[in-house]
Amino acid sequence: MSREHDEHKDSRGAQPPRTTDPNSSGRRTFLKAGLGTAVALSTGAFVAEPLRGLKDSPTLHELLRKHYTKLTPDLMDQVLRRIERQVAANYCAKVRVNDPKPLDGVEYAYCLNLSRCNGSRRCVTACMRENNIPPDHPEMAYIRVIEMPNDTLDLEDGNPLYAHETIPDQGKFYLPMSCQQCRQPPCTKVCPTHATWTEPDGVTVIDYNWCIGCRCCLAACPYEARRFNWTRPEIRPEQINPDMGYLSNQIRPRGVPEKCHFCLHRTRLGKNPACMEVCPTGARVFGNILDPNGKIQYILKNKRVYILKAEAHTFPRFYYFFEK
Amino acid sequence: MRNYLVFLGRSFLLSFSGSPLFYAWMGFLTVLSAIGARAFTRQLVTGLSMTGMTDQVSWGIYIANFTFLVGLAAAAVMLVIPAYIYRKKEMHDVVIFGELLAIAAIIMSLLFIMVDLGRPDRFWHMIPMIGEFNFPYSMLSWDFIVLNGYLLVNLHICGYLLYMKYLGRKPSAFIYMPFVILSIAWAISIHTVTAFLFVGLVGRHFWNTAIVAPRFLGSAFTAGPGILIIAFQVIRHFSGYQISDRAIHILRNIVTASLLINLFLLACEAFKEFYAFSSHGSSARYLFFGLESHGEYYSALVPYIWVAILMEVAAAIILIIPPIARRMLYLNIACVLANVGIWFEKGMGLVIPGFIPSPQGTVVEYAPSSTEWLVTMGIWAFGLLLFSWMLHLAIHIMKGDFHILADEPTRGLREQAVG
Repeated sequence: MSREHDEHKDSRGAQPPRTTDPNSSGRRTFLKAGLGTAVALSTGAFVAEPLRGLKDSPTLHELLRKHYTKLTPDLMDQVLRRIERQVAANYCAKVRVNDPKPLDGVEYAYCLNLSRCNGSRRCVTACMRENNIPPDHPEMAYIRVIEMPNDTLDLEDGNPLYAHETIPDQGKFYLPMSCQQCRQPPCTKVCPTHATWTEPDGVTVIDYNWCIGCRCCLAACPYEARRFNWTRPEIRPEQINPDMGYLSNQIRPRGVPEKCHFCLHRTRLGKNPACMEVCPTGARVFGNILDPNGKIQYILKNKRVYILKAEAHTFPRFYYFFEK
Repeated sequence: MRNYLVFLGRSFLLSFSGSPLFYAWMGFLTVLSAIGARAFTRQLVTGLSMTGMTDQVSWGIYIANFTFLVGLAAAAVMLVIPAYIYRKKEMHDVVIFGELLAIAAIIMSLLFIMVDLGRPDRFWHMIPMIGEFNFPYSMLSWDFIVLNGYLLVNLHICGYLLYMKYLGRKPSAFIYMPFVILSIAWAISIHTVTAFLFVGLVGRHFWNTAIVAPRFLGSAFTAGPGILIIAFQVIRHFSGYQISDRAIHILRNIVTASLLINLFLLACEAFKEFYAFSSHGSSARYLFFGLESHGEYYSALVPYIWVAILMEVAAAIILIIPPIARRMLYLNIACVLANVGIWFEKGMGLVIPGFIPSPQGTVVEYAPSSTEWLVTMGIWAFGLLLFSWMLHLAIHIMKGDFHILADEPTRGLREQAVG
């Protein structure tokens, strides 16, 4: 059809006949564009087809919400109730999500007696239960206990995957590591969206519902404290701790990091962290570093404490010491 | 304004007119892009668990490609400087192709960031004013600004120059030259900021060194002009657009110098890592020779880095012998070797070993999953598609056979009458 036109035109000498002529806008070009549209639509369908399996797509409110610091109490309440509804729908569990605020005059710190720790990993399992970490995903645990030979402090010599019949093993000591709650945290500095920050009580928190999942914080942390939800956490209703905090142990959405938050949904109500409560040897000491007569100040003044990777100048609020 | 809309409409139509070979090429790239996009939507449904990444190696081949492509984009400056600053005539005819490559590369690198996000639905939190922007502390927020800014600057320069050529008018230096000067500084900045993304991480000794940004620039100015040398020959073979051998040989000199500088910087880095033999050199030891940890020997990256070094050295040998390097076949071989080598060296060879061993001292290795390979292939195909499409339009405009129609309305009527 159009070739006939071209030939016709050519015989009259109006326009050169080549279809590749970029200045031609004839019917053939339109036909091709139409065909192109059809190809584009079917390609789009081919690409979008897997999206039908999307179960946890965000709601419009979730997509358009504001940053944590700009949420009014009313809006915050809406967010918390929405999370409760989502947990009820997706995990078949009735839970309560709160957002306890930091207390005045309180700055938390942790001291850990390495001479007492026997490597039982009781703290690890208690932490997982408290913080809604799926029990069959031990790699997501916030606390990693590293079995160290007595003659070194070099972490590269340590073994976090030890599995003995009996603990402690001869010639070894046990170094539990979790978030060090730094005074100069490298992780919050690199976050492009202010999704992680340090609260006035010294706890570095993550807004799981704001983070974009770029993982700069995982790369920045010198202590390997952060875990990433590479997929949606799977946890059975009976395994869920229904007493949840927004910045702490709510069930995390996928695609965001998580880490130890000093159990702030407990500690801000005056309780102890789950790991300390369960420790069979009394190796763990948690408290308010601003309290001059508190346990933390006593240890800092009277024991020889050290911090991990002091050369990184992160100034942790997590202290280790050896004391029989 | 009306002219501009007509220009856009006609450009759209022109995009669908070409030889059967053009159709086959674009169709092939579309198919590959679609396969990659489908792999991405599947990853979107399941999560990043479909990748080979772990808590220990938390960036993989996506960020490796991102790093390489930012360099490619920055390399456009190596055409802009000779063309606009030294006013080399033969570069003036081709500089636009370098800028178009920069546009394609920036879009590809932004896509690689998007597919790497755990929550792409929240990417807007990174946009200044609208989201919550951690500026100036977060290097990723800097990167977001400089990459998008560089994209806009190049879109402006290319769009303006091509549109003026289409209109048959002489471009006003006042409108584009300030942006050309800006783009030179900006090109350096995009790759420097991308390097700082790694350099600024206190716990990662492999990256925490001042040499990363210079190394990035050295490798970028090798890879970018290398790809353009090949692209120029493809363009003049298939489109008949005249590109002089002299333009190609100016690029050859740039590739040669940059490649030698890149190898020198690599050697400097290797000396620092190996002579001191501190624990800070563990990542380099893992990369070059493998690492023993608790009785196991880990060496997944060793082949990558040695193949990369062999390729780069072979390319350097070809390039420093002028009688060989002047022959197009050997020049092309050298460019391919240098590019693949650099892709290994600064992709897999720089991003991955920075995570190994982990800060807690464990060795967890990384290999890209099939999803990652498919998405990577898709983005590369899409970038090539974009670059081919822009070249298609630009060459028609530059050759002067796509231009404003003097009697547009009448011509349309006449065609209707004929039909």
